Amino acid sequence: MASLRELSKKKDYLTGGHRLCAGCGHSIAVRQVLLASEDPVVVGCATGCLEVSTTIYPYTAWKCSYIHNAFENVAATISGVESAYQALKRRGKVDKELKFVAFGGDGGTYDIGLQSLSGALERGHNMLYVCLDNGAYMNTGIQRSSATPKGAWTTTTPVGSVRPGKPRKRKDLTAICADHNIPYVAQASISHWKDLHAKAAKALQADGPAFLNILSPCPRGWRHPSDQTVKMAKLGVQTGFWPLYEVENGVWKVTVKVREPKPVAEWFKLQGRFKHLFAPGNEALLADLQGDVDSQLERILARCESTQE
Amino acid sequence: MSWDIKNLKNWKVGDHPPGALIPTGGNAVEYKTGGWRSEKPRWIEEKCTHCMICWVFCPDTSIEVKESKMLGIDYDHCKGCGICAAECPSDAIEMEEEEK
Amino acid sequence: MSKTVALTGNLACAHAMRQINPDVVAAYPITPQTTIVEEFSTFVANGQVDTEYVTVESEHSAMSACVGASAAGSRVITATSSQGLALMWEILYIASALRLPIVMHNVNRTLAGPINIHCDHQDSMGARDSGWIQIHCENAQEAYDTTIQAIRIAEDSRVSLPVLVCLDGFIISHAIDRLDMLDDPEVKKFVGEFEPRVTMLDPEEPITVGPFDGLHGQFFEFRRAQELATLGSLPVIEEVGKEYGAVSGRPYGLIEEYKLDDAEIAILVLGSTAGTTRVVVDDLRADGVKAGLLKIRSFRPFPIKQITDALSGVKAVAVLDRSLSPGAIGAPVFQEVRSALYDSESRVPIINFIYGLGGRDVSMAHLKEAFDVLSDIVKTGQVKQTINYLGLRE
Repeated sequence: MASLRELSKKKDYLTGGHRLCAGCGHSIAVRQVLLASEDPVVVGCATGCLEVSTTIYPYTAWKCSYIHNAFENVAATISGVESAYQALKRRGKVDKELKFVAFGGDGGTYDIGLQSLSGALERGHNMLYVCLDNGAYMNTGIQRSSATPKGAWTTTTPVGSVRPGKPRKRKDLTAICADHNIPYVAQASISHWKDLHAKAAKALQADGPAFLNILSPCPRGWRHPSDQTVKMAKLGVQTGFWPLYEVENGVWKVTVKVREPKPVAEWFKLQGRFKHLFAPGNEALLADLQGDVDSQLERILARCESTQE
Repeated sequence: MSWDIKNLKNWKVGDHPPGALIPTGGNAVEYKTGGWRSEKPRWIEEKCTHCMICWVFCPDTSIEVKESKMLGIDYDHCKGCGICAAECPSDAIEMEEEEK
Repeated sequence: MSKTVALTGNLACAHAMRQINPDVVAAYPITPQTTIVEEFSTFVANGQVDTEYVTVESEHSAMSACVGASAAGSRVITATSSQGLALMWEILYIASALRLPIVMHNVNRTLAGPINIHCDHQDSMGARDSGWIQIHCENAQEAYDTTIQAIRIAEDSRVSLPVLVCLDGFIISHAIDRLDMLDDPEVKKFVGEFEPRVTMLDPEEPITVGPFDGLHGQFFEFRRAQELATLGSLPVIEEVGKEYGAVSGRPYGLIEEYKLDDAEIAILVLGSTAGTTRVVVDDLRADGVKAGLLKIRSFRPFPIKQITDALSGVKAVAVLDRSLSPGAIGAPVFQEVRSALYDSESRVPIINFIYGLGGRDVSMAHLKEAFDVLSDIVKTGQVKQTINYLGLRE
């Protein structure tokens, strides 16, 4: 494991001058993932904040080759790039080792891009898919996705007189990807850079497809100050909302153990999107949400136990 | 390759690369986002331990580093989010009001 | 050297693909296209090609993977039909806007609903404005020949656009036809080594494909440049067709005229119906009727000058459309031809016959009926009805 000082000597694939909001988690995640690659990378992006902000013609913030196609198809697109690489390598037209990495937001991954992702994972391309999960369609203005936590305010699950934010639980995309039985799947957080780095390195070295789901706070959508981005990610882990684990060749393992998870309310109360939960009358909902976090953790621990080598 | 985009706003049909291809990498550095700041990080060199925490958490690749040593802050691109100051374990970065 | 074989249109296309041996094929099965990718996958399985064959989970992903593979710098072919082409619709525009020389067969089938697997041209007409070059084939021979030519057209540096090769579902795709195939080395030589305009696989020369035209607003210029490339493909299609003729003995152009020189009445049509029309023209000629046929091969770009020149001597024209545009003034091919003739000196009377939707058979009697209407127009000088339906029970 390289120290930060060692890592800081490596090539940064993303330059400054992109137009992501101040304090955005996405560019932190991208930098941390790509620092783990020993080989040059080729990147694909789904439509979303990262895409529109990093490649505003005639500027690109990417020092590597990059492709954007559409919203729902970055997995298929990068699988096409990787297939071209395999074909041209076989024909002796390309000889360098390259890594192929796709980035999509939660909207582009959990929702509209799920089919494309599932197909690419099943086909076994040598690619890493990274979902940057900020829990809503932030690029179009904070609409709910299937990654939005239950109870969260978004512009399509507004807090009204009869509805307290999003009524449904999140989809467990990491588990869905793990059940594709691919070599490597993990959940990571930008706050835990060392854990993220180790996971990205494993994912990039895997023989076949890999998937990383990264918690990437959004100051605009979560309604927190821009300097709190890393703290929000860290608290997401410390409350058990975002357990850090990996599934390596079918074996589930928690990589950062949180001995005594803080109440999830401590995380919620720092974010404007959950403000309404603390209004009188919502105590039962808050308890319910804590129950969801607890049962999710239990599910993960049960799978860790059942798949132990 | 370097790509000369001077006067691009006036480029006509046929002047652009076919397919809107950007034939270079990383030229976003030519675009300055420093003007977005309302607060400015100030690096206090004597407190700095060069741990690189600010570097690994900077969303704008704006911590200038060479040979594992922090050199300063790239104010051309830093948007003043304040993550570096919030995360610095040595209080070696402080946010202050941006000058007009 | 060439050999004569008996193959369905789909297998003829698959063999052309085998001879081209593209770098990447990403495709998804759909009736009536399926046998192209089935046959091609046996070539992959038997090592007759060393193509990277990507068995995607939908046509949307097929075209998405083709875009990725082509942008990466590889030669790419795919095939689809109907709902599959419709599902690709979003990405068709992106492929052409990125100026990627992808070649795709569209085995023409109608669009649901009700769901129907048979031939008409509603699917490819839906791709009319997508920026793809669109070439229609009359039979298996043309489908084979056009596949090989399409590679050259798409990859020509003056063009750099995707090409859709259309063949009528079942009528061409599944009927066994007699055709001549070039030898493998001849095809290899004709298509040549692919020299990509772009590659994403050279880390020393990074590129960004598909940036966001959000703030500086160059979109209009990009689209116009794309249109100019499409129009610029007209001479390229002709050059490649001529060169192919020199190799195969079968030259191709943008259009094909049949007994049009002295014709008074003419039918204009795309695809397999041109074959049936040819026979009807011969029958009418035997009866002393000066009938002729104009087949459009290149629907996009639309060869306006060639069409108006070809029709300059006739006294009445019928455009046969195997599609329907609800609420429009006639179907798509009719609209374009009539628009093209508006500026011509003769301003020849023109009518539209919509026919064959959902695979409805078009017989020689139907075509004879259409020619009879044209004869009547010439005789009376009057167009009784502009939009007509052939073979419809009404």
